[in-house]
Amino acid sequence: MNFPVIVDVTLREGIADPEGATIERALPALGFTGVTNVRAGKSFRLDVEANDEAAALVKATALAERLLSNPVIENAVARSEVVGS
Amino acid sequence: MTRIGVVIFPGSNCEYDASLAMSELGADVAYVWHSATDLTGFDGIILPGGFAHGDYLRPGALARFSPVMEAVAHFAATGGPVLGICNGFQVLTEAGLLPGALQKNRGLTFLSEPVGLVVDSTKSVLTHLATTGQELTIPINHFSGAYTCDDATYEALEANDQVVLRYTNNPNGSRADIAGVANEAGNVVGLMPHPERAMSTLLGSEDGRVLLAGFVSAPRALEASAANAAAL
Repeated sequence: MNFPVIVDVTLREGIADPEGATIERALPALGFTGVTNVRAGKSFRLDVEANDEAAALVKATALAERLLSNPVIENAVARSEVVGS
Repeated sequence: MTRIGVVIFPGSNCEYDASLAMSELGADVAYVWHSATDLTGFDGIILPGGFAHGDYLRPGALARFSPVMEAVAHFAATGGPVLGICNGFQVLTEAGLLPGALQKNRGLTFLSEPVGLVVDSTKSVLTHLATTGQELTIPINHFSGAYTCDDATYEALEANDQVVLRYTNNPNGSRADIAGVANEAGNVVGLMPHPERAMSTLLGSEDGRVLLAGFVSAPRALEASAANAAAL
């Protein structure tokens, strides 16, 4: 069975994020005030073949740590695409 | 004659410059396609600049899974000199052959300009002919060159004298002005600047020569130290 999984890759705490900082600085000029702690990252969507959702997430986490993220600077979190599952 | 292999990944684009520099310094050079699995017969391996595998995902992220990287890891583990220039440096960090990571430049712009460097450690196959404190002018050409590592890694780099080159005027937000690092043994080195583009005063600088001449002569130096070790 295939399970739809989203993997979010974000910079680890304490790692400089010049993209997020630049976006944050641009927001007031567009009239969006009161927005702070902007962090840029990447998102991947996968269909993962597994027996159940938990196994699919384990597999997605493993591949995210091996390839989708660089653990030296990034965290990867896998979650189900199905809301409320 | 020293035999140097220059690895070509799909998307590498500095292999000719690297090869020409090696030839000019007296080395016998051969190109090595990224699917190669045997590096027998080489005295040194260069991972040149470019955009290996399109730099998709992250620079170096896909290149580290090219078959040749297992051979490079074996070559490095047995004391073979390995040099990663620019994209090659990114590949070596992704492969775990060098500590740390290269992030997007702090200013989020692609930088292509000559920069000032200072030799910080001569304990590497790249810098052993230079002198500590020696100033060099060598061009950079990158978007992701901000060297990053955690505190423990940085302390280890300092303690083991692994920071080989620093920028005199940090162009990209690298931690502690780091432009190049070596592994603990000093036989694997990566740097963001392009010494192969600093081979002639006619083209701006020949400061790359002292580094690359060091790399060409490094295999003999390593053999000599191995022979010395055996004699003890």
